[in-house]
Amino acid sequence: MSQIPISQILFVSTALFFIGMYGLFTRRNMITMLMSIELILNSVNINFVVFNKYLYPDKLDGIFFTIFIIAIAAAEAAVAIAIIINLYRSHQSIDVEDAEEMKY
Amino acid sequence: MHYPSYIALIPLLPLAGFLLLGLFGKKYFKKSSGIFATLLLLISAALSIYTAYRYFFIDGQINGIYHSAIPLKYTWLSFTKDLSIDMGILLDPASVMMLVVVTFVSLMVHVFSLWYMKGEERFSTYYSFLGLFTFSMLGLVMSSNIFQIYIFWELVGVSSYLLIGFYFDKPSAVAASKKAFIVTRFADLAFLIGILILGFQANTFDFGTLIQRLTDSQSTQFIDITSASFVGISLMTWALVLVFIGGAGKSAMFPLHIWLPDAMEGPTPVSALIHAATMVVAGVFLVARLFPVYYINQVSLHVVAYVGAFSALLAAIIACTQTDIKRVLAYSTMSQIGYMMFSLGVSGTVEHGLGYTASLFHLFTHAFFKSLLFLGAGAVIHFVHSNEMKDMGGLKKFMPVTHLVFLIACLAIAGIPPFSGFFSKEEILLAAYHSNKLIYGIALFTSGLTAFYMFRLYFSIFWNNKKVIQNHHSEGTMTMKLPLIILALCAVFAGFVPFGKYVTPDGVSSESSFHILFSIAPVALALTGILLAGWLYKNGGNKPERLASAIGGIYKTAYHKFYIDEIYLFITKKIIFNLVGRPAAWIDKNIIDGLMNGIATVTGGISSAIKGIQSGKVQGYAIYFFGGIAILTVIFLYWWN
Repeated sequence: MSQIPISQILFVSTALFFIGMYGLFTRRNMITMLMSIELILNSVNINFVVFNKYLYPDKLDGIFFTIFIIAIAAAEAAVAIAIIINLYRSHQSIDVEDAEEMKY
Repeated sequence: MHYPSYIALIPLLPLAGFLLLGLFGKKYFKKSSGIFATLLLLISAALSIYTAYRYFFIDGQINGIYHSAIPLKYTWLSFTKDLSIDMGILLDPASVMMLVVVTFVSLMVHVFSLWYMKGEERFSTYYSFLGLFTFSMLGLVMSSNIFQIYIFWELVGVSSYLLIGFYFDKPSAVAASKKAFIVTRFADLAFLIGILILGFQANTFDFGTLIQRLTDSQSTQFIDITSASFVGISLMTWALVLVFIGGAGKSAMFPLHIWLPDAMEGPTPVSALIHAATMVVAGVFLVARLFPVYYINQVSLHVVAYVGAFSALLAAIIACTQTDIKRVLAYSTMSQIGYMMFSLGVSGTVEHGLGYTASLFHLFTHAFFKSLLFLGAGAVIHFVHSNEMKDMGGLKKFMPVTHLVFLIACLAIAGIPPFSGFFSKEEILLAAYHSNKLIYGIALFTSGLTAFYMFRLYFSIFWNNKKVIQNHHSEGTMTMKLPLIILALCAVFAGFVPFGKYVTPDGVSSESSFHILFSIAPVALALTGILLAGWLYKNGGNKPERLASAIGGIYKTAYHKFYIDEIYLFITKKIIFNLVGRPAAWIDKNIIDGLMNGIATVTGGISSAIKGIQSGKVQGYAIYFFGGIAILTVIFLYWWN
């Protein structure tokens, strides 16, 4: 089985990262922003797995990191959704532009 | 020689009274606080009399010499292996004598106050303060080292402050309490410096070791402290004079006496306890405690002698012109303490220790007759509701007991035999006669003046029937008469105590020699003073006014207390406030505050300029964050290394 070149996989992960970045900066809906953050995290996950696989095939460190990041992403999603629900209760909206009381 | 720990109870019982009454007095002891405090003090007084009995008659004496004993000692702060501050109890003839005097007079004042302060809103607070004072004074006299004495020294200052300002709704009382505290505190600064010099040079704070090291001319400490000098005066003299300034502040010696007459704003029994019998003699006690060291250094001893003699004379002259009876008594206290001071100043240690003995003897007898005078004055003030002499007169009929005890006390202070003041004053005069004729002259003249002003007071209050007193309420209850009578008995008989046998500078008993011929001059002068006062004040009339206008200038100066208060006010208000206070205030306002305000303004400007960055928009923050990371990445990739 022929291997996919590493550059192509890295291309995918970089594209994923910047798509996430774009979503984070442009979307006003908090749920969408949360999804964008998941994209960024997953691009990092791909990087970890790929470098582990191609550079140090007899080790598992990168994969462990990936598992940790997935766990953290789950926790982060739980916290973020809790925040969003509370924000919705107080502001009747999940638009970040509406929650700007904590400025100067 | 073993002293059980009950000695520690003597000061601790009044302390317990202070804590209990101070914390719970208003709630639970509203009526009974007086009885409670008096009972505690009764136990304390009984214990101290028993201690004195044990010390003087059973186990204080070894081979005919009274040794000092330290029954309790506990190291509080240890600095090095040799230098530590201890908390201990020191028993020697002087401190045991003071124990008895303090607890006894305090007990009498407690009993008297049951009547005098009855119905007072802050009755329990009053008794708790009395307990605090008694505790601190007992701690002071039993202190085993110079640092401990300083702690209790400040504590008596605080309790004096609290009691002078007891009627805190009277502005004059508040002013008087502040004045007393500030003046004595100022003197205590000198005391502290003196303590530090002594402690540093002798490398100990303990009295016994300190005296032993600084009186032994072979010891390294002695050589150090006498060879080192500052502004041409040896460090030893500096230290002792500074310690004496502390004592002079507490004992109202010239020129630090200005607080004592004002302190009469406190309740009268307080004046009897604090400002007549106990606290104001703390300075005498301090000098007596360090007496062997003072004796080595004759310069400081001369300072003590001349300050004492001058204060005695000055106060006696002022006392002749005052019209507030408590102020007359205050100046007379100052005068008598002057006697005690110069008596120490003219004393020697071993063979000629008469002055030391006489000083403490006078302290002992003075405590009784002066507290009696104050309590009697309290009874009079309670009867006529005024402090002024002109509101009194002819009280002999209405207050027979007070009249009698007041007469006894006046005779005692005037030095008429066989009352107690006679014996102690004779010894002082004798000591002065043997060592310094100038001081003897001053003392002799002052003793005549003393008799004059005391009988001026006596005749003005009890004779001089110029106006009819209307209120015919009774003289007072038994709780008021009992302390007066007991103190009167002491004022009569205390002089017969063979004091020289017990209290001497070196602990060796000495027989007090007594010379009939020597006594003629002072007694004759005292009688002259009494007769003069009787002639002037017994039947009223305008003789005193005529005399006053005849010597106009002198009378006016003395009436205004030699303008010493005005001089103080001039120095503080005009000189210190204008030259030091105002520039300091200006610097504070313009430079220190200006600096702070400048920093605040600059910070405020910068933050209002950049606060727009904190927009509250989460995505804006995210852009800054990732932008920053991107810039850092570029820097690290391309420019770093």
